[in-house]
Amino acid sequence: MSKTFPKWTNTLPLQIVIFLILFLGSVTVGITYYFTPEYTRVGYRPPQPVAFDHSLHAGQLGIDCRYCHSNVEFAGHANIPTAETCMNCHNQIKGDSPLLALVRSSYHDGTPIPWVRVHQAPDYVYFNHAVHVARGVSCYECHGPVNEMEVVWHDKSHSMAWCLDCHRHPEDYLRDPALVYDLDWRPASKEAQREAGLRFVEQWNVNPPLSCSGCHR
Amino acid sequence: MASLSENPSPSAAALLREVAPAKLDRPVLVENDRSFSWITNKICGIIEERTPLWWWVAFCVSGFVASFCLIGLTYLVATGTGVWGLNNPANWGWAIVNFVFWIGIGHAGTLISAILCLLRQKWRTSINRAAEAMTIFAVVCAGIFPLFHVGRVWFAWWLFPIPNSNAIWPNFKSALLWDVFAVSTYGTVSALFWYVGLIPDLATVRDRAKTKLRQVCYGIFALGWRGSNRHWRNYEMAYLLLAGLSTPLVLSVHTIVSFDFAVSLIPGWHTTIFPPYFVAGAIFSGFGMVLTLMLPLRAIYRLEDLITQYHIDCMCKICLATGSMVGYAYAMEFFIAWYGANPFESFAFVNRAFGPFAWAYWIMIACNVICPQFFWFKACRRNLVLVFILSILINVGMWFERFVIAVTSLSRDFMPTSWGYYSPTVVDIFTYVGTFGVFAVLFLLFLRFLPLMAMAEIKAVTPRADPHHHGH
Repeated sequence: MSKTFPKWTNTLPLQIVIFLILFLGSVTVGITYYFTPEYTRVGYRPPQPVAFDHSLHAGQLGIDCRYCHSNVEFAGHANIPTAETCMNCHNQIKGDSPLLALVRSSYHDGTPIPWVRVHQAPDYVYFNHAVHVARGVSCYECHGPVNEMEVVWHDKSHSMAWCLDCHRHPEDYLRDPALVYDLDWRPASKEAQREAGLRFVEQWNVNPPLSCSGCHR
Repeated sequence: MASLSENPSPSAAALLREVAPAKLDRPVLVENDRSFSWITNKICGIIEERTPLWWWVAFCVSGFVASFCLIGLTYLVATGTGVWGLNNPANWGWAIVNFVFWIGIGHAGTLISAILCLLRQKWRTSINRAAEAMTIFAVVCAGIFPLFHVGRVWFAWWLFPIPNSNAIWPNFKSALLWDVFAVSTYGTVSALFWYVGLIPDLATVRDRAKTKLRQVCYGIFALGWRGSNRHWRNYEMAYLLLAGLSTPLVLSVHTIVSFDFAVSLIPGWHTTIFPPYFVAGAIFSGFGMVLTLMLPLRAIYRLEDLITQYHIDCMCKICLATGSMVGYAYAMEFFIAWYGANPFESFAFVNRAFGPFAWAYWIMIACNVICPQFFWFKACRRNLVLVFILSILINVGMWFERFVIAVTSLSRDFMPTSWGYYSPTVVDIFTYVGTFGVFAVLFLLFLRFLPLMAMAEIKAVTPRADPHHHGH
């Protein structure tokens, strides 16, 4: 019997088991960290064809979100403004800035500016902006502090788990609809948020769908 | 009474003689008084001899047939589950039929390993190894169908409750999820049982090995077995514990498979008789398959001394018992349909026997209820050609049973507007035939590389192992 295997093989099974535990453990941790939307999406910050600075327009100048994304209250889709919207101001201000060359040409010949999309819900997900903002879900909850972003980045994971966090506990996220577009507003405390949130949930009969067909129609 | 107590010996002795049970010789389990070394040489010889020509022929044919399965599944993954004959209302077709068919076949292996072990049915030792192998390979074949029925097979891991970034769990209220647990537990425990039983025999093969490679390969899997008293004690305990663990599985797996149907509200499915009836049917088909496999093996490898007529009798009698239970269940389904006075239920059963799928129903009755009745007769059990043919017919019948259950009820659901007929497609047929190839390939590899009988255990039940066998 001792002829078949040399002595050093005695500890081999133990070594294999330890290796497998470490290997499978690191694979699990690796997948959990690197292969979930928390990592794959958050922080995506593509350069845009026009260096539109949200921190200047929405932050310093205080332009309301709805001035440009004008459909957000009325439609499922929150639109990206056309060059006409930009030119409302920019035919007066910085009218000849080289940074705005693409905006001007788009305004003149109607070719859309090829913005790079940052947030994209998959085709199999139904999402309606109007419903959410009407019930007190702020832009901030899904898009983060856009009024502080020079270049827009993907701030939240937008994973299904993340959607369900709010659909299961809307009281932790809802705010007074008057404050939906105030991206600097923060609840005084967790308790205050929950207390007010529960009131909103009850008053407005907020009943977020949890069934599959609520979003996967 | 008085006379008895005063003078007990003569009359009591006479009385005892009178009521003493007749001495019935137990049939021997190894004939011709074969020695231990003969058994070792016989079983090890099968895997040590040069690969016979018939094996290569069978292997090539099986491999070719198995490729049907691969082609069918590749086409399905590339195109979608629409390539199967599933339609509305028959949303379940051959996929579930084949799944239940293969899972059922596996049941004989577990019954032989677990329940017959606990009941000390010593005749199990000649057939348990091959039957357990059959179980594992049948579970492999069964698993293919639900796995690919999910369509996007790369998402099949969603069937398991693994934390994920979708924050959802499988539906724990669904019988289909219970199936996942039942079948994966079943597969794991069966493989473990099979392997633990193999360890002493692998050590024998290792010790007889002529080449270093062979010695190392078998040596790794023999886990350093030296056959010491301590090894045997641990082995017996492990085997007993596994037997205890898998005993509930014999009943639970097919009970849960039957829940796929029984917990729904479809007439013909929604009946409480399903679990026992499915378990009996599974053991029936499993023993049918064991006979189908063992009879040719016995002839090819000249194993008549190890698989005796007594073994075949036992298996035939189990087929007879379980087949009659299945027949009773068929009758009882009709009785309850009438007695329950539910018009939908009555319709479902009348439709089974006389509706568009009546041909399948009567094939089922002929194969499952009538065929095993031949096993009442000793002459039939001794006619091995007849036993072989009947064992195949049993599995034909059991396949049709699942077909009848799945398809007749679905194609005649509550709304006559949606009634339809179900036919399989070429892809269905190819995939199903292909699984027989997969099964055969695996079984042939098993025959070639592993001892097909539990040598160590057979030695323990030979007449020679019992020093008191001459009535002392």
